[in-house]
Parts: sequence; C-alpha cells; structure tokens
Amino acid sequence: MIRLVLGVAVVGGAAAVPLVADNYLLRLGTMLAMYAVLAQSWNIIGGYAGYPSFATAAFFGLGAYAGALLQGAGAPMPLAWAFACVVAAAFAALLGSAILHLKGHYFAIASLVVAEVLLEITTSWTSLTGGGMGLNLPILRIPVDAQARLFYWSMLALAVASFVMAWLVARGRIGFALRCIKQNEDAAAMVGIDTTFTKVVAFVLSALFVGGAGAMYASWVFYIEPPDVYAVLTSVKPIVMTLLGGAGTLFGPIIGAVLFLIMEETVWRTFLSVHAAVLGLIIVALIFFLPHGVLGLVKRRRPAAPTAGHGSAGQEPANRGGGA
Amino acid sequence: MKGSPLAQGVGHRAGRASLTRPLCGHPLPEGEGSDAASNRSFLVLPGPTPMLYAQILLNGLLLGGLYACIAVGFSLVWGVLNVINILHGSFVVLGSYIAYFAHVHWGLHPFLSIFLSGGVLFVVGYAVQRGVINRVIAAPVLTTLVLTFGLDLIVNNGMLLAFTADYRTVRLEHPLGSQIIGGLVVPLDRLAAMGLAVALTVLLFFTLARSKIGRAIVAVRMDAQAAALMGVDVPRIYAVTFGIGALMAGAAGSLLSLVFPISPLNGTEFLGIAFVVCVLGGLGSISGAIVGGFALGAIQSFGALWIGPEHGLTIAFALLLLLLVVKPTGIMGRKGYE
Repeated sequence: MIRLVLGVAVVGGAAAVPLVADNYLLRLGTMLAMYAVLAQSWNIIGGYAGYPSFATAAFFGLGAYAGALLQGAGAPMPLAWAFACVVAAAFAALLGSAILHLKGHYFAIASLVVAEVLLEITTSWTSLTGGGMGLNLPILRIPVDAQARLFYWSMLALAVASFVMAWLVARGRIGFALRCIKQNEDAAAMVGIDTTFTKVVAFVLSALFVGGAGAMYASWVFYIEPPDVYAVLTSVKPIVMTLLGGAGTLFGPIIGAVLFLIMEETVWRTFLSVHAAVLGLIIVALIFFLPHGVLGLVKRRRPAAPTAGHGSAGQEPANRGGGA
Repeated sequence: MKGSPLAQGVGHRAGRASLTRPLCGHPLPEGEGSDAASNRSFLVLPGPTPMLYAQILLNGLLLGGLYACIAVGFSLVWGVLNVINILHGSFVVLGSYIAYFAHVHWGLHPFLSIFLSGGVLFVVGYAVQRGVINRVIAAPVLTTLVLTFGLDLIVNNGMLLAFTADYRTVRLEHPLGSQIIGGLVVPLDRLAAMGLAVALTVLLFFTLARSKIGRAIVAVRMDAQAAALMGVDVPRIYAVTFGIGALMAGAAGSLLSLVFPISPLNGTEFLGIAFVVCVLGGLGSISGAIVGGFALGAIQSFGALWIGPEHGLTIAFALLLLLLVVKPTGIMGRKGYE
C-alpha cells in the first residue's frame, strides 16, 4: 500500500514537471522516459531471461516507420502509436519463434543482424518509406511549448506502462519461468515450463513498447531516416543502462537510464569529437567496476529487494554464477 | 537540437549509411564484368552469358580468399575463448592503415607489410586480451560482447581522430595489371592477394595442427580445465589465441588495402563479413572459414549482379539469418580445430 502511494506520488511528481521546467529540461525528460522504456523492455528478455538481445533497434525503427507511415496516411497520432506497438510485437513474435532456439552468441548475432537487414530494406523500399531521403511527418498545429508537454507526457505514460508491465512480469508466473530459463533452460523445460512459448512471450513484451517509443520519437522529431532509427547504438544503449542499474531487477533499468542520461548530457557534450570513445570507456569501466550495476551495490545492505516475489532476491547471485 | 536526439554515435552512424557502397561497388573490378553488372539489359543477350557468369564467379572467388582470411581469426577467437570479438573489424582496418603508411613512407609493398601489420596486431591483441578481456573471460556472453563493443567504440573513435574518415587507397608504382586467361579477365594483384590470404590461412591450419602452441590451443578449445591439468597455461594460451586472431586480421587488412579503399568506417563491414563467414562455414574449423569465405564471395558477386551491388552485405546478412534459423552449425558443421 505504501509502495502504491509512493509510486503514484512519483508519477504525479514527474507529470507535474512541465509546470516548472523549460523546454530544454522537458526534452531531457522525454529522452529519459524513452530510455526508460527501452531499458525496461530490454530487461525482460535480456535481464530476466538472460538472452543477449540486440534487437531493440529493429523494434524501434520498425515502430518509427509504422507510426510515421500511418500518420502520413492521415491517422491520428495515438492510433499510429498503438499501431506501431502492435507491428513491433507481431514482428517480435515471428522473429522470436525463428531465432529464440539459438543460444548465446548465435542469438546475439542473429538479433544484431535483424536491424541491419531492416535498415537496408527500408532504404531500398523508396516508394513506401522515402528510402535514404527519410520521411517527413505531418507538423502539429499547436504551439511549441504545448508540443513539448504533449510528448513529455506521452513518453512518460509509455514509461509507466512499461514499468507496470515489467512489474507484472517480475512478480508473475512468467517472471518465475524466465528466471528458471536463465539459470538452466533444460532443467526449466524438465519441470514443465514451456520454454519456447515463454521466451517468445518475453521477446514480444520486450518489443511492444519499444515499437510505441519509436513511433512517438518519430512524431516528436517530425523527420526520420533509416540510419537514425535503426542505429546499432539504439540496441546497445538500453543494455548499458540496464547493466548500469542492475539487470534482472525492476528498478535497475530506470536508475540506469537516469545515470546514463546524466552522463550523456554532461560528459558527451563536453567531449563531442570523442563521445563514442567516452561511451566505450564507460562500458569498460562499468563491466570492471560495477558488474552487477548500482543495485548490486545496495543489495547486500537491503536483502528485501523490490523484486521480492518467489524469493527472487535470494536467487539473483546464483543467476550470475550460473550464466558463466 | 531537435534534429535527432538519438544520433549520438556519429562514427558508427555515418558508417552505416555509407558503408556498403564503396566495398560492394567493388566486386566486379576491371573488364567487361563490371559494365555488365550495371547494365542489366546485357543479360538478355544469350551469347556472352556463360562467360559473364564465369567472370563473376571468378571475381567472387578472388574476394572469397580475402574473406576467409578476415574470418579465420575471428572464428578462432570465438571457438577457443568463446568471445565474439567486435574489435575484429577495427583490427582489419588497423592492418590496412599500417600497410598504407608503410607503403607511403617506406615504399613497402602491401604483400610484404603483412609481416609488419601482423606483428603489430599480434602485440595489440595479446595486450588487449591479457589486460582487459581476460578479466571477464568467464562472464556471461553478454558481458564479453558488450565489453568488446565498448573497446571497439574506443579504437574506432581513435582511428577517426587519427586518420579521419576520408577514404585512402594504396596506389602501386608497378601494378601487375590484368591478364586475359581463357577469355576471363584476371586481375593479377588481386589474384596474388587472394593467394597470399589463402596461404596464410593454410599456414594457420598447420600451426594449429603441428606446432606445440597450436596443439595447446586446440587442447584449450576442447577442454580448458583438462588442458590446465595437463600443464597448459590457459590464460597465456587465451592471450596468444587472441593475438593470432588479431594477427590474421592485420595481415588480411594489409592485403585488403590493395582491393578496398581504407577508412575507419569499414570496420563494421569487415566485422559483418566475419560473422557471416563463420556462420556460413560453421564455427571452429579453418576449412569452414575457407568454404564460408569463398561461398560468401560468390554469393555477394552474384547478388550484386542480380539484385544490385549496393545490397551485397544485406544479402549476406539475410542469408546469415536464414542459415541461423535452419542450420546454425553451418555448411561444414561444428568442429574443434582438429
């Protein structure tokens, strides 16, 4: 009950930010919400199920184009966003049933390559997507301030939705099944978990809101082009954020997204020509000094972690050992 | 500001956009083949078609030998260390730059600078493995993958700063030119580069099969713990293996400097080639890398003819996805470097 009140207070507080913030801060807030959506979604397949998915960019780009095309055809924005969610989820269901039987590096490579193939298809299909010239979206006929607020609130709503989804997954049967799969897939199958089905569901859930975020992003920036929305970094950043906060935890991705955005805004802005290298250094430092994320540091002191359902907090350290 | 908040990775991003063009525009170098590919109506004529196909196959095979050389080091590291080395593409590019500067400053022919670039990259690879990757060698797949991605960002950014993104080419003073053999145009420099690449790959095969260090690598690949019990210094073997992987990448880079323009942006494409060849031929065998390399070269050349030269890598990636879905062990099956 206290947690519910706290959650409502946090969301309410976040929703009230536009009352005090300027457009720059709102833009950051929108980015933060988007990052949180991506990280939270990746955490379901990557954190809970332990499958190293690099497909986020594929879902994001697909959603961006699906939404942009529907909006271009005259559909209202919310409908386009919902459509993008559905398209990404359907694509994930198909893709997942094809590649989720792969393990480890093979799965990673397969998921990494998907975005690349989609990128090329999008670039080549000029008649539909505008190809390399990109796609312009209809301009909104409302003031700039109102736009900033609109997109902030929309992205925030999506972030909350993805958090609720992750919460339901974490405490539900599916979360338990995913953690079993992460520890030992064969054993999970033996105790009666339908591993294929569970993995596909997790993959679909990890795509659903990413597609929506892609479409919102497209509406927000008015112009998309294939290399922008299918960038590899879109797949890598959510992974870094989730690892930064703590993979396989409910709050890890959000904490990671906040820290990542702060770093991006403070560090990268100062070292523009070397920002890729700085990101690289952050990744290396993260893996050496914070292998279990920020939450991994706190976990010792607070055994009753937020994910406490089915004794998962106690299982976490075992997961890591088992993955080696 | 509002243009693209996501577009942070300029290096990689810009790379994506322009990557496939310069490389895949190339597979049909001199002679009639290249004209024919761009002019599809040529195909309608019945007469020259078999010759054209033979020419395209030849061009593909000439590339294929180089692809095998790129991929074999990647495959070795993947097989022995269970690490996907995202740095591999950048290692190849680094090798190309070494060849370029050796050629510009000392007049060293790229065929000779394979020793230099291979040597330098062996040291780099050994150091990177010993200093960085070895610390997380037992961690889950995701950790090593993300780590080498991070290292690649650093190296690639460094190369962009040091060499800029401009394309450079090695221009030989005395190119061998091409010969017409049996009606086929054979570019001799490329033929020699391909021959050297295959020779290096075969040399690696014999090193693994015959030398003491090679047997140790194979032993670690089969069972690292058992190898350790037999007195093999496993961390050292890991580092040597990684060094050899980098060496092959560097040597391949030297040879490639004759064929492709050199730019840090090409790293991703070389990495993609290594992925595809490994999966195509099957992980963990040198014969697999050779078969996969030649197969990819041929597929890309014919793909360039039928679908368009700019789609070379996409065809390869689509094929890779298909193959992973249908037969993840590759054409030659999975082996342990025996």
